[in-house]
Amino acid sequence: MIQYIKNIWAGLSSSFIGMKITWKHLFVKKVTIQYPDQRFTLPEKARNRLYLEMSKCNGCNSCAIACPVNCITVETIRVSPNDPQQEVHFNGKDRKLWVSRYEIDFAKCCYCGLCTAACPSDAINHTTEYEYSEYKRENLVYKFQTLTPEQVIEKERLLAEFRTQEKVCHPETDKKPADNKTADKTTE
Amino acid sequence: MENVNFLYDLLGRNIISVVLVISLPLMFVLVYALVAILAELKVSAWIQERLGPMRTGPWGIMQPIAEVVKLIQKEDITPDKSSKLLYNLAPFIIFTGAYAAFAVIPFSEYFVPAGINLGLFYIFAVGSISAIGIVMGGWASNNKYSLMGAMRSVAQLISYEVPAAMAVLSIVVLASTMNMQEINKLQTGWFWNWFIFGGPGTLAKIWVIPFTLGLGLIYFISSLAETNRVPFDIPEGESELVAGFHTEYGGMKFAMFFFAEYANMFVVAAVLTTIFLGGWNSPFNTFMQGPFWGVFWFVSKAFSVVLVQIWIRWTLPRFRVDQLMYIGWKVLLPLSFICFMAISLFVMLK
Repeated sequence: MIQYIKNIWAGLSSSFIGMKITWKHLFVKKVTIQYPDQRFTLPEKARNRLYLEMSKCNGCNSCAIACPVNCITVETIRVSPNDPQQEVHFNGKDRKLWVSRYEIDFAKCCYCGLCTAACPSDAINHTTEYEYSEYKRENLVYKFQTLTPEQVIEKERLLAEFRTQEKVCHPETDKKPADNKTADKTTE
Repeated sequence: MENVNFLYDLLGRNIISVVLVISLPLMFVLVYALVAILAELKVSAWIQERLGPMRTGPWGIMQPIAEVVKLIQKEDITPDKSSKLLYNLAPFIIFTGAYAAFAVIPFSEYFVPAGINLGLFYIFAVGSISAIGIVMGGWASNNKYSLMGAMRSVAQLISYEVPAAMAVLSIVVLASTMNMQEINKLQTGWFWNWFIFGGPGTLAKIWVIPFTLGLGLIYFISSLAETNRVPFDIPEGESELVAGFHTEYGGMKFAMFFFAEYANMFVVAAVLTTIFLGGWNSPFNTFMQGPFWGVFWFVSKAFSVVLVQIWIRWTLPRFRVDQLMYIGWKVLLPLSFICFMAISLFVMLK
């Protein structure tokens, strides 16, 4: 009988305790963030979409090498000395390579940040942008090259012109890379 | 007792006034159900430290309307192997049962659709109609979960009708009337005249206060069970029975079940308000007392009871079937009998 009354009392009092707890939670500040209107402040070192500053990029390709998922594609053209357009890097040195193609496929990117660590000139960095979903996968391939296709053709033509000139003037110097190649092959 | 009804006074007793008297509670139920659904969504969210619906209208207050519109648009499915007639009839019977109880609910001093002398008796009679609807729906669905849910629901309803009836009967003994309007009139004055605090009378009533408080609690607990609310929602226990008796229902028929559940919640809250919390009486004697304020007091009291029901839903987990039966037959029933005896003794000796 005592156990019976104790049971009833335990059941009643514990439900009141539970109700007290939920009552307190009724007036607690809510944890929900109204996402499109309110935003979570990103952590200082948050890794989001990458951005490449083309003026800083020297086309060294180390980001593409560092990338574990091969989402960065870099193609470069040597700057011809005859090129009327010459650029100076932020560090004061002349540009040696035109970056004719620099693409990052964000569908593949795993946001590891190794490319930013590998970059010698701090050209590639994470932004705070994280809302860039697309309906087509191709749209996730971001193109960072600043040269137009016409310019690329022009630069290639200039370089080819320079090469032929060089061949005419100094035929020996042009042979050297070819020799190197054959040498490499034999060693391999 | 004569019917006191402001519409009959205004328009005379003709077909228009009768239709108006019948449809006024219906309009109230529809609006109330929307508000209660919103309250359910918001209270559940706030208790879980969420914001709840925020997109539909300012602070999400249009959410229940959006949900009703969604339910109306849905395809009306009748399962192939079901008993078509019973299947389609069940939601209407449940809603009718819930709505029929509104006939005797006194909203104000001058408005009660039917001020019959057997008000409380009538409420218990029509309150059981919803059990028939649940059994019909559960059986006609031709689904084992539905049938199990229906059987559990009836078992629960029968078990908890008894302590609820005992609680109400004790108050009937104290008030010596079954007319809800009369019971309300007895409780006029300060809030200590409410039957939960022993009803009107001299200081001698101090002896019945513990019993009436207990009866209020007993009636509240059994009313939770009668309306299939958590923690007594084993007929629709999601983790065991998918959705219980309304597993196969969708669209507008499901909406009928939904509305009926909320209407039922209001009915039990209204009964609790009428017999324990003074009905349309102001808690502070003549302050804000009157036929118009009566509606305000009645609806706000009943709605607070509904809010407590919602609050409990989001606090307590569901009972097991055996625990449910234990509480019904071994705890609430003996306790309500003790209270009944004590109150009867008090009334005899008074």
